Amino acid sequence: MHPTDFTLRGALDALTEGTISSVELTQAHLDGIAKLNPRLNAYVTVTAEKALAAAKASDERRAAGQVGALEGIPLAIKDLFCTAGTRTTAGSRILDSFVPPYESTVSQKLLDDGAVFLGKANLDEFAMGSSNTTSASGPVENPWSRANDPDTRLVPGGSSGGSAAAVAARLALGATATDTGGSIRQPAAFCGIAGIKPTYGRCSRFGIVAFASSLDQAGPVARTVEDCAILLKSMAGFDPKDSTSADLPVPDFARACERGVKGLRIGVPKEYRLDGMAPEIVALWEQGLQWLRDAGAETVEISLPHAKYALPTYYIVAPAEASSNLARYDGVRFGMRVTEPGSDLRDLYERTRAAGFGAEVRRRIMIGTYVLSAGYYDAYYLKAQKVRALIRRDFENAYADVDAIVTPATPSAAFGMDEKQDDPVAMYLNDIFTVTANLAGLPGLAVPAGLDAQGLPLGLQVIGRAFDEETVFAVGRALERAAGFSALPRLRAGA
Amino acid sequence: MTYTIEGRTGPWELVIGLEIHAQVISEAKLFSGAATAFGAEPNSQVSFIDAGFPGMLPVINAECVAQAVRTGLGLNAQVNLWSRFDRKNYFYADLPQGYQISQFAHPIIGEGAVEITLADGATKTIGITRLHLEQDAGKSLHDQHATKSFIDLNRSGVALMEIVSEPDMRSPEEAGAYLTKIRQILRYLGTCDGNMDEGSMRADVNVSVRKAGEGFRTRCEVKNVNSIRFVMQAVEAEARRQIEVWEAGEEVFQETRLFDTARGITRSMRSKEDAHDYRYFPEPDLPPLVLESDWVAALKAALPELPDARRARYTAMGLTAYDAHVLTLEKETAVFFETVAKGRDPKLAANWVTGDFFAALNRLKRDVADPPVTAENLGGLLDLIADKTLSGSLAKQVFEAMLETGKAPGEIVEERGLKQVTDTGAIEAVVAQVMAANADKVAEYRSGKDKLFGFFVGQTMKAMQGKGNPALVNEVVKAKLAG
Repeated sequence: MHPTDFTLRGALDALTEGTISSVELTQAHLDGIAKLNPRLNAYVTVTAEKALAAAKASDERRAAGQVGALEGIPLAIKDLFCTAGTRTTAGSRILDSFVPPYESTVSQKLLDDGAVFLGKANLDEFAMGSSNTTSASGPVENPWSRANDPDTRLVPGGSSGGSAAAVAARLALGATATDTGGSIRQPAAFCGIAGIKPTYGRCSRFGIVAFASSLDQAGPVARTVEDCAILLKSMAGFDPKDSTSADLPVPDFARACERGVKGLRIGVPKEYRLDGMAPEIVALWEQGLQWLRDAGAETVEISLPHAKYALPTYYIVAPAEASSNLARYDGVRFGMRVTEPGSDLRDLYERTRAAGFGAEVRRRIMIGTYVLSAGYYDAYYLKAQKVRALIRRDFENAYADVDAIVTPATPSAAFGMDEKQDDPVAMYLNDIFTVTANLAGLPGLAVPAGLDAQGLPLGLQVIGRAFDEETVFAVGRALERAAGFSALPRLRAGA
Repeated sequence: MTYTIEGRTGPWELVIGLEIHAQVISEAKLFSGAATAFGAEPNSQVSFIDAGFPGMLPVINAECVAQAVRTGLGLNAQVNLWSRFDRKNYFYADLPQGYQISQFAHPIIGEGAVEITLADGATKTIGITRLHLEQDAGKSLHDQHATKSFIDLNRSGVALMEIVSEPDMRSPEEAGAYLTKIRQILRYLGTCDGNMDEGSMRADVNVSVRKAGEGFRTRCEVKNVNSIRFVMQAVEAEARRQIEVWEAGEEVFQETRLFDTARGITRSMRSKEDAHDYRYFPEPDLPPLVLESDWVAALKAALPELPDARRARYTAMGLTAYDAHVLTLEKETAVFFETVAKGRDPKLAANWVTGDFFAALNRLKRDVADPPVTAENLGGLLDLIADKTLSGSLAKQVFEAMLETGKAPGEIVEERGLKQVTDTGAIEAVVAQVMAANADKVAEYRSGKDKLFGFFVGQTMKAMQGKGNPALVNEVVKAKLAG
């Protein structure tokens, strides 16, 4: 077996048994990156030397009997997580040369558990996008391709496209990602891997470049549900440095994967049956529900009456917060500065921000500034907050009756890199099934469950109660087991 | 009587409201652990949070919240158990985040009231609209370099309380008295040091004018006035400007102005049209601020005695309203007075503190926090008066010696032999000598010239170098002259 074909769990076992070292495992991934990254562009920065040094240190710790929960496991870190001493760009020109002097809480926790960082994963600029085409470092290519059209390069989804592509192509055993409207689940589904956005507050946001503070949440992507559970266990936990992080114990998520679904009530929101939805998506959804029934769960139709307003609500709340969060990129203290001799402060702002931000980021800053402006605030932002409260209430009502909700993860499989690029609204529709979980702060897991007619992966989504990731993992694992998803992307290390 | 300014068209009334920005006394900033000490090297007290670095998040400092609650309680104001922070968005080089975290819609403290005392002894109640917590910006230094501005972020993130009054003041004096009163209460509470020259307290002054019986006319805001005297001057100057505008048949436009202290006038800073759209919205990095009522009750129980209560206590001790007012203006003065008065006659203590002691402070340019005579020693001096060791005039001599030497009064009395003579025999001997030396005057007195009594007392005291107990001297002189 090629070392890059291990699951994260499998690699941990092999490291424990001593059949492989972290240095060997890390080197195999670095070799894969050297071979495939020039094409996939999944990594913005590869820290090969640091990774090998960390792997060596990990092997030494293991030899000395100090074994962390992720001891020696090579991971990719989304380039939105600040990493001390390693450039962190957020996919933007404005942070092109920014080297943080501090480590994000989540990445620090992974390091504390013995993980090895291979490098920083590409992403949409400031995590704004659903195709990973807005990155200042260029687009990421999906390692999958259509069976009948192998030459059309596909997007990996976004914004965590680099993380998902790296994991799918066996360039990492797992990766950190973030999800503001679907940025973990949509790329995971597009790349045929698993990814969970945990409950808002489960993971600290400290040290993660902010997009929309009330929606942003870190989570893992990995090739199996269990691997996600192992990673989330390490990433999660209360952080006094993030006032919105939850002071709750972190359960053993991996154990919860094996709980089974017998007796669980699974909600099926009728509002998610969209007109014109691809028949294979509808069929996969039906299949998933049948698998759960076969495993002893009961499926019930539920109603989330305000879900139809989720996307417009999201595209008010998220840009509003972003317009404020991105004000700090002003060329004064760090990052890019563009100025002309003799010009004033306002000119410095305008030149720096015009040159530093890409088109999609500028669009969202303008939308956000508009909806918060005097005279428009009530009609847009305030209204959106009210709708958001109703969406949250819809879920609360639903969870009085069901234990989890199952929906498609995305309305389609991965699309071509030059498709949907000139229509922002068509692009925004990618998040139609995922944004509700962000607006309501609920955990959502994407699981690879099947292939479309072109042989591209399709995912199902499990949404749970707040801080009940355990049930989400149990349902996700049941779907994964029943689906027996074993297809492989064409581009992958070790192939 | 209503204070008015006489214009060409007759008298104008003033309407004044103040927004006071008071820096909270706390070790650390409102949302970061960085230190807050004044006068540190530029940019030496800045965390990554204060500098607005990517991924940094604010965490509320509980001590700053406690200080705001104490202040609210001290202002007799409503403490809101649920409040929320908002972002106030604007770009400036000394505002690292591109927004200020403030409380716009839901402040921590609601309505309250304070009573001010005016020079004529009249009192007036001024309404408090609200108090909210917010973070300060950094400081831009435009005079350090020919073409560059320098930024000092030490102040960035320091906790401020903004205390907004109702438009209840009607004269410069009332505005001055209100600011004085707020400063006094905050200093008593230990929630703000009130050092206006260090910028830890500053006021935005809202002024409008009107004719008697009218509603409010358009107001202007004079920003960042940094002394009580300047507040009073700014009110006057801005009111006169507005009167001129109205009387010229023009209109006063709502705008922000600055007070030019050198020329004593206000200047336009920006008009309403140029006003920022701050795009306030709830701060998503902070959950709502929820206070436990027990916690507030504990803070209330631990509040120090405030100036009004202290003043009432002093009046009850028999002090005049004026002395009670003067002694409570500064907490340090009140503490000094109480040390002097402890176990002694409070009125005598008040006379000495407000009289000779204050005069000495003025003369020596000293402060009650750094007194030339300790409260203990001044109390000792009062004891020597009470036990008749010293007469009033001797006590003054001893006090002067205490100022010069810093020694205890007993020591000075011993050294200089200033002890009062209360030995009747000794006094009788001196009186006999005086009478013998002035036999003619004795005869005049005895023939009815009563006024000479004072002469004999004076001569006796003089012969005793002022050490004779005045009452005894009187008594003996009277008896001896009577024959």
